[in-house]
Amino acid sequence: MRDSQATVRTLLTRAAAATLLALAAIPGAHAQQPKLKVGLMLPATGTFATVGTAISNGFRLAVAEQGGKFAGREIEFFTVDDESDPAKAPENANKLVKRDQVDVLVGTVHSGVAMGMAKVARDNNTLLIIPNAGADEITGPLCAPNIFRTSFTNWQPGYATGKMVAERKHRTVVTLAWKYAAGEQSVAGFKEAFEAGGGKVIKELTLPFPNVEFQPFLTEIAALKPDAVYVFFSGGGAVKFVKDYAAAGLKASIPLYAAGFLTDGTLEAQGDAAQGIMTVLHYADALDNPRNRTFRAAYNKAYKMDPDVFAVQGYDAAQLLDAGVTAVRGDMSRRADLVKAMETARIDSPRGPFVLSKAHNPVQDMYVRRVEGTDNKVIGIAIKGLADPARGCRL
Amino acid sequence: MDPVTFLIQSLNGLQYGLLLFLVASGLTLVFGIMGVVNLAHGSFYMIGAYLAFSLSALTGSFFGAVALGIVLSVVFGLLLEWALFSRLYHRDHLDQVLLTYGLILIFEELRSLAVGDDVHSVAMPDFLSASIPLTDTLSYPVYRLFMSGICIVLAMSMYVVIQRTRLGMRIRAGTSNREMAQGLGIDIRLLFRFVFAFGVALAALGGMLAAPVSSVFPGMGSQVLILCFVVVVIGGIGSVWGALLAALLIGFTDTFGKVLFPDYAGLSVYVLMAAILLWRPAGLFGRA
Repeated sequence: MRDSQATVRTLLTRAAAATLLALAAIPGAHAQQPKLKVGLMLPATGTFATVGTAISNGFRLAVAEQGGKFAGREIEFFTVDDESDPAKAPENANKLVKRDQVDVLVGTVHSGVAMGMAKVARDNNTLLIIPNAGADEITGPLCAPNIFRTSFTNWQPGYATGKMVAERKHRTVVTLAWKYAAGEQSVAGFKEAFEAGGGKVIKELTLPFPNVEFQPFLTEIAALKPDAVYVFFSGGGAVKFVKDYAAAGLKASIPLYAAGFLTDGTLEAQGDAAQGIMTVLHYADALDNPRNRTFRAAYNKAYKMDPDVFAVQGYDAAQLLDAGVTAVRGDMSRRADLVKAMETARIDSPRGPFVLSKAHNPVQDMYVRRVEGTDNKVIGIAIKGLADPARGCRL
Repeated sequence: MDPVTFLIQSLNGLQYGLLLFLVASGLTLVFGIMGVVNLAHGSFYMIGAYLAFSLSALTGSFFGAVALGIVLSVVFGLLLEWALFSRLYHRDHLDQVLLTYGLILIFEELRSLAVGDDVHSVAMPDFLSASIPLTDTLSYPVYRLFMSGICIVLAMSMYVVIQRTRLGMRIRAGTSNREMAQGLGIDIRLLFRFVFAFGVALAALGGMLAAPVSSVFPGMGSQVLILCFVVVVIGGIGSVWGALLAALLIGFTDTFGKVLFPDYAGLSVYVLMAAILLWRPAGLFGRA
């Protein structure tokens, strides 16, 4: 009895499946261009969830502005939550590449995860656009024709801050950062420019990621009495550091400088403690150009919230893809032409127009911003058109 | 390191240790005394911090928020014990791990839906927001000293209640032999329900008090969870004194580890744990 029931059920299931397959085949008769499959691999949970959402929003906004189509091909999204877990990166990326057969992979925030994605992209020769993760290696030793980035390298804001701090006549600096790739590379960039400008990094302090017990380091900084301090922190850690720095009374005597992530998306929580802090980044919310104003208005209208630097990077990832797809009229098999078009594209970004370096990383202006109220006011440009040196890249 | 810096670093270690005790004290009750492996302890800490954030916006006063938050978290603890944890006392530890891990995911998702994923700050009361100058460049925030004071008071009261009162005797009796204690007429179910609820409230209190200095952000619970377990394990499961001593040891090890061996700072606490467990497998005050 049980067996026969099971057989009936199996038969029914198979019949249903066959019908569905047959139905699915019919729309081919329309002879419409197949959809362009975009795989968004971003964090939807955890510490970086807001960043993932901003990137996704930015990307989708740029697609919507083109009527949901690039070169006549409708965009179809496939999404995976990468959980910012490097251990799961190859598996997650393979889900999109092998199972969903996406035409392009877009992601992610965490550098370790992005490295895993880059490996999968290289192995399968899949087009990859990175909308945030700043690991120097990706557009350095690991650069590849099919790998692009629309954000920054960790080196870029660090280097630009180093130059600015040297120009402001500070002679000695203590650095403090989380001991992981982004922190170390940011500090290395800072040190390179700062010491070339005649300064001296007298001590490089680090703490394990994502530890936020800063008190021993503040004591150390107070004992060393440098002219200035350079740090790399973001998110919750950035809020805590800025408040602790002020509460320890150091803000009044030793100026604090940082890559812009220290004061991006965190100003409301940092409040008074952040006032006057100068940072360097390739974008600022308050950046005054027509492109940024229209972008911000459109984003605000679509999502009922203000965009941030991450939204811009996601938006530009879509713009870069559009430039390539449009140049080959939607024919993704013309990979060489597609890559060439993306390489030579001039992206009209809210951060100001940029082109890509040989290693496929933005060549961009680095803005000096100072915290006023809940805004990062742009007060100048640290370096115009800064390109990452892309050490080790053979493109 | 000159003597002044050494003294200030010792103060840092002491203060961090006490803060760790505050956060781990609830786990001492729930895991140490009741024997429930509660991975959701960090979530209670996170919930406390978010309660401080939303309630202080609502009531306009930080202490009002803390008072209300404690009441709410006790009620929450009672409900949780009644609905879920009371079914787990006789089960395998693995079942407890599964349930509490699931709770972490649920609480984190609920938080995301209710408050969003942004970083928020909680204003500290004005009279505690000052700093005391220690050297010409460095000052010490009064709020941190205030937290340390609360932690000491808390440690004392926990010790007195558990070791020196009839109530504490009953709790300990229930832990070492549930059936026997019940046979002597103690309502263990009710007792444990309240012990659990106070464990939750202590974790939440830790979150509430830490909120003004650490700010409020997604994933903040997971940062403290591991350290809490380290504190309870080093101290010896179930010992309040042990937990206090362990928290202080960790505070000092972490502080001086960061300054003296920066490259291995992430390891120092775990090296300490391994060394202590090799020397005393049941922890400092544990009975093997």
